[in-house]
Amino acid sequence: MSGVFSPTRAKIKERTLRTDKWWLEPAITFGVLFSFVIYATFRAFEGANYFVEPLISPFYSPCLSEACVEGSKLFGWAPVSAQVLGFALSPALIILIFPLGFRMTCYYYRKAYYRAFWLSPPACAVAEPHTKYTGETRAPLILQNAHRWFFYAGLVFNVFLTYDAVLAFKNNDGQWGHMSVGTLVLVASSSLLWFYSLSCHTCRHTVGGRLKHFSKHPVRYKLWSVVSVLNTKHQQFAWFSLAAVAFADIYVRQVATGAWTNFYFF
Amino acid sequence: MSQNLTKLKYDVVIVGAGGAGLRAAVEAREAGLRVAIICKSLFGKAHTVMAEGGAAASMGNANSNDNWMVHFRDTMRGGKFLNHYRMAELHAKESPDRIWELEMWGALFDRTKEGKISQRNFGGHEYPRLAHVGDRTGLELIRTMQQKIVALQQKDGRETGDMEANLKVYAEFTVTDILKENGKVAGVYGYWRENGDEILFEAPAVVIATGGVGKAFKITSNSWEGTGDGHALALKAGANLKDMEFLQFHPTGMVWPPSVRGILVTESVRGEGGVLTNNLGERFMFKYIPDVFKDKYATTEEEADRWYTDQDNNRRPPELLPRDEVARAINSEVKAGRGTEHGGVFLDVSKRLSAEVIKKRLPSMWHQFYELAGVDITKEPMEVGPTCHYVMGGVDVEPDTAAAIGVPGLFAAGEVAGGMHGSNRLGGNSLSDLLVFGRRAGAAAADYAKANGANPVSDATIAKAADRIEAPFKNEGGENAYSLHAELQEVTHNLVGIIRTGDEIKEAIAKIADIRARSQKVSVAGNRQFNPGFHLAFDLDNMLLVAESTAKSAILREESRGGHTRDDFPGMSNTWRQVNHISSFNGSEVTVTPRALPAIPKELFDLFDIHELEKYMTPEEIAKGGSN
Amino acid sequence: MTRKLNLRIWRGDSTDGGLKDVVVDVNEGEVVLDVIHRVQATQMGDLAVRWNCKAGKCGSCSMEINGKPRLACMTQVASFDEDETITITPLRAFPIIKDLVTDVSFNYKKAMEIPAYEHPTDLAPGAARMEQVDVERSQEFRKCIECFLCQNTCHVIRDHEENKKSFAGPRFFIRIAELDMHPLDRIKNRKRTAQEEHGLGMCNITKCCTEVCPEHIKITDNAIIPMKERVVDIKYDPARMFSGLLRREKRD
Ligand SMILES: Cc1cc2nc3c(=O)[nH]c(=O)nc-3n(C[C@H](O)[C@H](O)[C@H](O)COP(=O)(O)OP(=O)(O)OC[C@H]3O[C@@H](n4cnc5c(N)ncnc54)[C@H](O)[C@@H]3O)c2cc1C
Ligand code: SF4
Ligand code: SF4
Ligand code: FES
Ligand code: FES
Repeated sequence: MSGVFSPTRAKIKERTLRTDKWWLEPAITFGVLFSFVIYATFRAFEGANYFVEPLISPFYSPCLSEACVEGSKLFGWAPVSAQVLGFALSPALIILIFPLGFRMTCYYYRKAYYRAFWLSPPACAVAEPHTKYTGETRAPLILQNAHRWFFYAGLVFNVFLTYDAVLAFKNNDGQWGHMSVGTLVLVASSSLLWFYSLSCHTCRHTVGGRLKHFSKHPVRYKLWSVVSVLNTKHQQFAWFSLAAVAFADIYVRQVATGAWTNFYFF
Repeated sequence: MSQNLTKLKYDVVIVGAGGAGLRAAVEAREAGLRVAIICKSLFGKAHTVMAEGGAAASMGNANSNDNWMVHFRDTMRGGKFLNHYRMAELHAKESPDRIWELEMWGALFDRTKEGKISQRNFGGHEYPRLAHVGDRTGLELIRTMQQKIVALQQKDGRETGDMEANLKVYAEFTVTDILKENGKVAGVYGYWRENGDEILFEAPAVVIATGGVGKAFKITSNSWEGTGDGHALALKAGANLKDMEFLQFHPTGMVWPPSVRGILVTESVRGEGGVLTNNLGERFMFKYIPDVFKDKYATTEEEADRWYTDQDNNRRPPELLPRDEVARAINSEVKAGRGTEHGGVFLDVSKRLSAEVIKKRLPSMWHQFYELAGVDITKEPMEVGPTCHYVMGGVDVEPDTAAAIGVPGLFAAGEVAGGMHGSNRLGGNSLSDLLVFGRRAGAAAADYAKANGANPVSDATIAKAADRIEAPFKNEGGENAYSLHAELQEVTHNLVGIIRTGDEIKEAIAKIADIRARSQKVSVAGNRQFNPGFHLAFDLDNMLLVAESTAKSAILREESRGGHTRDDFPGMSNTWRQVNHISSFNGSEVTVTPRALPAIPKELFDLFDIHELEKYMTPEEIAKGGSN
Repeated sequence: MTRKLNLRIWRGDSTDGGLKDVVVDVNEGEVVLDVIHRVQATQMGDLAVRWNCKAGKCGSCSMEINGKPRLACMTQVASFDEDETITITPLRAFPIIKDLVTDVSFNYKKAMEIPAYEHPTDLAPGAARMEQVDVERSQEFRKCIECFLCQNTCHVIRDHEENKKSFAGPRFFIRIAELDMHPLDRIKNRKRTAQEEHGLGMCNITKCCTEVCPEHIKITDNAIIPMKERVVDIKYDPARMFSGLLRREKRD
């Protein structure tokens, strides 16, 4: 018997006496994240329907494999061969580790999945089911400290995805100055990704949080103040950007398979 | 009991872990002695934690004209010249050093533009003088001291391997007796609140720093700890109390809802521009400026408003008069039928300050009203009324050493000591008082302990102390301490409260004696384990002694001054100013005798304008022009 | 406006105990602590409860009300439904003493383990200059009233007694952050000791401490995560790692 049932604690048999719907939030988080993972896995392995001039799915960008379909490659560059160790590798799998790692190590998502998936704890003042707990002190969870590495990589990805959104101002004949629903979808998802990255705790730390004397660095203090405001909305940006990226992928797929037509405004 | 009684030996025992007690402990430990700190609550919860506005010290950061002499004058004026001049002088001179010292121990006060400690305005202080942190200055003070204690313990830990070897906190322990042998202090006795087990602390020097007495009154800003324990312990040990008729009724306590009645609304609300109005919307304080203050306060709303932006060319608003004046004014307005629905008046900051500024400068007030009364002070006025807040009276001490007169080895500092504030304390002067006299008490206790050495306690003395603790469990079928306490509060509130008359005080004296007789037989349900009924039985005894001293001093003083207002003697009398009231206890009842106030020495006398002194002193005193 | 309120109060001590039903009067505007006091004065004279200020300033009246860690003096009875039974228990992370009173000495022990502030030795009293922007972050943490609700809620120790020896808890992470962000503190190795001695790495930033803090201190966002980032700076930063700069920061 450990935790709230330890012999020294007040003898109460319930794991929690909370009377509100404390299970609702972790349940929703679980549902949404789980659906996203299933869908993302399916899409990552699909290896098709990720490009239709001028739109590329954010799951497949930058497309770096020889297997990438015509027009989807980043500057036509393909440093990775189509087969790795004899397996046909979907171009998504080469790059997905970066956005995935970024989100997996994100301070907000950590809270979300530790609570919803690992029940550690399921909600505040609700006893967790585990008998042992070491937190993020040893492998594999000590790797969470690599969030900063992924943050830098995430910034590079944001540049690529923003570039993709710019390209979406072409029409399917490659002429500039056009705009479609797809343009909006990519612009929205890449902007939300910027908000997500800029509101990141590592970003807040890097721009100024690490300083001891704000007064000696007025510019960085200003930046820190701005990022601090964004940071209070990090949770929202995390969900909105996730939804936007997923929707962008769905949209590109639907257009690529011909299910939807990409409506052009001009 | 005595067989398995725990006996501990220390050089200095400090009763009380508020600002005064902790500052004394630091000083005594730094003098190289072994020190025990005892408190009734958890460590860090003492009353001091609730202080809001700030600590007064003439650092001159906000206005460079400020210095100790100005602070001294303000303090004497605020106390209506009944203060012990030497205490007021030491306090004014040493406060800045005590505040800077806190900063060196890690305190983070709000800052001025130049990066110095910021200072704010408060009632009765001529210049912005209160060092503060938002409206949680007491918390900063006590936490800093607490962390300083830990720093000293860590040092001991590095040197001896045991952090608590030479300085230890005994929290949730009630002291019930100060023990004496051969006419000198020998230690203290008491019980753990947790389990009722008794401990004897043997020590040649004891500092009492037990704070105030507010719980003897019905409407008070004080917590359950404010039961006058130190006052009573000192009386019983043979020390005297001084000027116990003077109680400060803070003008602004919450009045609604009933469950929060009395909880303090900090004076900073007025310092930051809060305005008092009655139910006619009239800003009534202009009607209540007393003659002695006529030339220092604005007489029109326009001038008062201008003061907030230009303090050099305007006089301050009358909302910032000393507390006793404001409290009486509010009381009169309510009595005249111009109060609010719940028997208070309105206090409004929402008109002068923006919502952001209010939330930044008065965060805990905003929180307090929002959570407890459902009032958003950035939009609506607060309802406020007087609440019993502070006792000016206290243990009669030597100013320089804080030694209790008449009991070798006993020292008293903080709210429990008398003399410093005269008949009325200025806001912010208490926190600095704690530090100045806490330090002096700690140093003097250390010197005394070094010079005198241990004074062993005899078995007979122990047995007597132990019997007293056992008593409430032996009384069967006696009265309940809760109801006696409520009865006492009713008596003090109605009969020796903010406005008094001779007949009412006489009635109070009789009733207090009656309650005291019945209290000897209170009985307690349950056992010794963390039993609030048992704890209250001791607190009640202390409050009764305090109430008796207050009533018996109040009946003698036939004038109105500071925290003592007699309806039957409404004027202030310059001959009464020369008198202190000294309470002593003979084991069964309190006796009060008058004693002459020491005359102010020439160098301090000369700090005042002679015309101002004429308002307080008799022509003979003026003619003498100071004592030497 | 008096009405009857149904309460369930945990009564007992370290040997045994359970929830006891009580019916008590309640008036408009009252908080849970008022009701407990009425029970104490009229029905259970020996009901043990801690309190001091009754205004949310001292952090004494911490308990669990309908399973949520809260201050009893800041919990309005009106925030519950009229026919709801309110369940009141002691804090569940600390050893029980009696009724609503627990042994919180764990927290005082931890406080003694955090090295104290060290002021620059060359500054005379009153000579320190600090800008408001430089003290504001630490001031947020100094608002802490030591109610220990965060410590009580933190699953690292609430659910794992054995972690108590190696984990300082959120209250002391804000203390460490306060000192590490203090413009004048001289101790340089607070980041490393936070990780290696005080158990910062045990925290999985699930934010329950922030959820219960009555002072609304952003414990996780403003103290724990910034401290974790500072630890990354000295222990796991890619740039520093690659350039072989990972060096011990010494106490000067
Ligand atoms: C709401 C409020 C706001 C205030 N604001 C201000 C302000 O802004 N500025 C200002 O200058 N002053 C202010 N004051 C006044 C000031 O806070 C107090 O006068 C001061 O804190 C008293 O400090 P102290 O050290 O004398 O005692 P306290 O802080 O009251 O501490 C008393 C200690 O003695 C212990 N004790 C008591 N009896 C026993 C016993 N029998 N056995 C063992 N231990 C015992 C208690 O446990 C406690 O630790 C305010 C007071 C209140 C109530
Ligand atoms: S965020 Fe960390 S410290 Fe706070 S409750 Fe959760 S695990 Fe504990
Ligand atoms: S950080 Fe908040 S919850 Fe924790 S002890 Fe301090 S005030 Fe209480
Ligand atoms: S992306 Fe969420 S904290 Fe960095
Ligand atoms: S009694 Fe002080 S916080 Fe509740």
